[in-house]
Amino acid sequence: MAKITFISHDGAEQVVEIPTGWTVMQGAVQNGVDGIEGECGGSCACATCHCYVDETFAGTLPAPSQTEEEMLECTSSERKPNSRLSCQIKVTPELDGMTLHLPETQS
Amino acid sequence: MAPAMAEPETGGMVVAGAGQGGLQVAESLRAEGYTGPITLIGDETQPPYHRPPLSKALLNGEVTDAQLGIRGLDFFERQRITLLTGVRVSSIDRAAQVVRLDDGRCLSYDGLALATGSRVRPLPVPGAELEGVFGLRTLDDAHRIGAALDAAERVVVIGGGFIGLEVAASARKRGRTVTVLEAAPRLMARVVAPFVSDFYADLHRSHGVDVVLGAQVVALEGSGGTVTAVRTADGTVYPADAVVAGIGIIANDDLAVAAGLACDRGIIVDDCARTSDPRITAVGDCTVRIADGAAPRRLESVQNAVEQGKAAAAALLGRERPFTAAPWFWSDQYDVKLQMVGLSSGHDRIVVRGSPAERRFSVFYFRDGALIAIDSVNRPPDHMTGRKLLDKRVPVTPEQVADESVQLAALAR
Ligand SMILES: Cc1cc2nc3c(=O)[nH]c(=O)nc-3n(C[C@H](O)[C@H](O)[C@H](O)COP(=O)(O)OP(=O)(O)OC[C@H]3O[C@@H](n4cnc5c(N)ncnc54)[C@H](O)[C@@H]3O)c2cc1C
Ligand code: FES
Repeated sequence: MAKITFISHDGAEQVVEIPTGWTVMQGAVQNGVDGIEGECGGSCACATCHCYVDETFAGTLPAPSQTEEEMLECTSSERKPNSRLSCQIKVTPELDGMTLHLPETQS
Repeated sequence: MAPAMAEPETGGMVVAGAGQGGLQVAESLRAEGYTGPITLIGDETQPPYHRPPLSKALLNGEVTDAQLGIRGLDFFERQRITLLTGVRVSSIDRAAQVVRLDDGRCLSYDGLALATGSRVRPLPVPGAELEGVFGLRTLDDAHRIGAALDAAERVVVIGGGFIGLEVAASARKRGRTVTVLEAAPRLMARVVAPFVSDFYADLHRSHGVDVVLGAQVVALEGSGGTVTAVRTADGTVYPADAVVAGIGIIANDDLAVAAGLACDRGIIVDDCARTSDPRITAVGDCTVRIADGAAPRRLESVQNAVEQGKAAAAALLGRERPFTAAPWFWSDQYDVKLQMVGLSSGHDRIVVRGSPAERRFSVFYFRDGALIAIDSVNRPPDHMTGRKLLDKRVPVTPEQVADESVQLAALAR
């Protein structure tokens, strides 16, 4: 389990506990976090699960795959250095306390 | 259980079918500001879940059932959406505006959405009912297939479409001997150009799958009630411990047909997901859409279910929110991602961009000089840019597409 905080574009905060081994997207959609759509169910095919990872964790996550990297080129909100697709982030206990900022739009 | 002939409960909005499309209708009704009762009714025992991973991540053992759920139960509570699982809508009385459930309950409705999805087309050959023969539509199906793949030595897949090929790739990943029997002369023939079909035949063969094209299955053979082989019209017998058939789907339009709604191998809807009854909408795989005066068509995709779901919620509230975006779809086989946008039927020219040899390319389809569809293989940016190009109807020429120095993303802006 890891407690992850989602901060929406308008500043609203939601804290969600996500089991180890799940993806951040899975935890977010099941808890109805507004601003993560996850339309493709985690296949890295839709880019509707875009998020910005806070600095302290951005460096510790495994690097994105080439497919994720290329999907990130095409997000509907600005791509930043800390942009990730949340369906490609697997939850580990080390991610406890991570904060994710959500973009203005997903599609 | 409520007694039969009970007085109708609730009123409000009722959604029949708790899959991708039905869930979207329920959610969008709330998002659009509807505050009355919403009842979402599904005959499966699980709350709504993502179906695409069934033939991919789930069969590969990469996800558990719980991870496939689209929304958790407290979400339904917070949104005040009543989710009834394991119960079927068995009939609609349009005059009384009541649906009857198979547990005897009746629900009255102000607005109704049909999101009943589809079922697998049964194999029309002797032996189809043998043990060890599977179709794939539900989580339960996927578990049965997973267990069979664990035990089987030889797997025969009937049908070289998306589902068949994804199952073949997953079975290979588990080290099974896999044969794909496809009746057409090429794979995924209904949707992709021959160029792409050939690429996928090579891909599967390079992974050790025996891909047999032009193979007409005429019978399944068994022993003691369990399948042992598949026989084709030319007399070849393919030994099999497990058979997975993916030969297409049939729209679940029975409820609508019985209620007298306009149907033609699917419930006929317009761009706003409205049926021939103003109080009833329909979304997803159970629908056939008539739009732009074009031929009626059925799209079997998540995007279609989601977008029609949004349109249906709006329509039930008396608003128009047409779904006109270009259709898109994807398929994962081995480490190759196919992403498709637009409808390529009727194309008169194709242009390939990228490198098939490196397994990174896109096929651009043109009709009368206009771009109508793109199939991308391991080229996500082409797909995502293509969605914008097609949605905005940006004029793009075959010459621009053929020239890798032309930035498509710049055209899409
Ligand atoms: C194995 C597999 C892989 C797929 N891969 C992809 C993919 O990669 N990309 C993609 O875009 N699409 C894919 N799809 C297609 C996609 O899942 C469907 O198009 C989508 O789920 C359609 O949504 P729907 O709401 O119309 O139907 P469904 O999600 O099928 O939901 C319909 C629900 O209604 C229930 N129901 C039916 N009749 C009744 C009744 N009378 N009363 C109550 N409930 C009823 C059904 O049991 C079902 O639960 C795949 C489908 C499968 C099966
Ligand atoms: S859920 Fe589709 S890309 Fe992440």
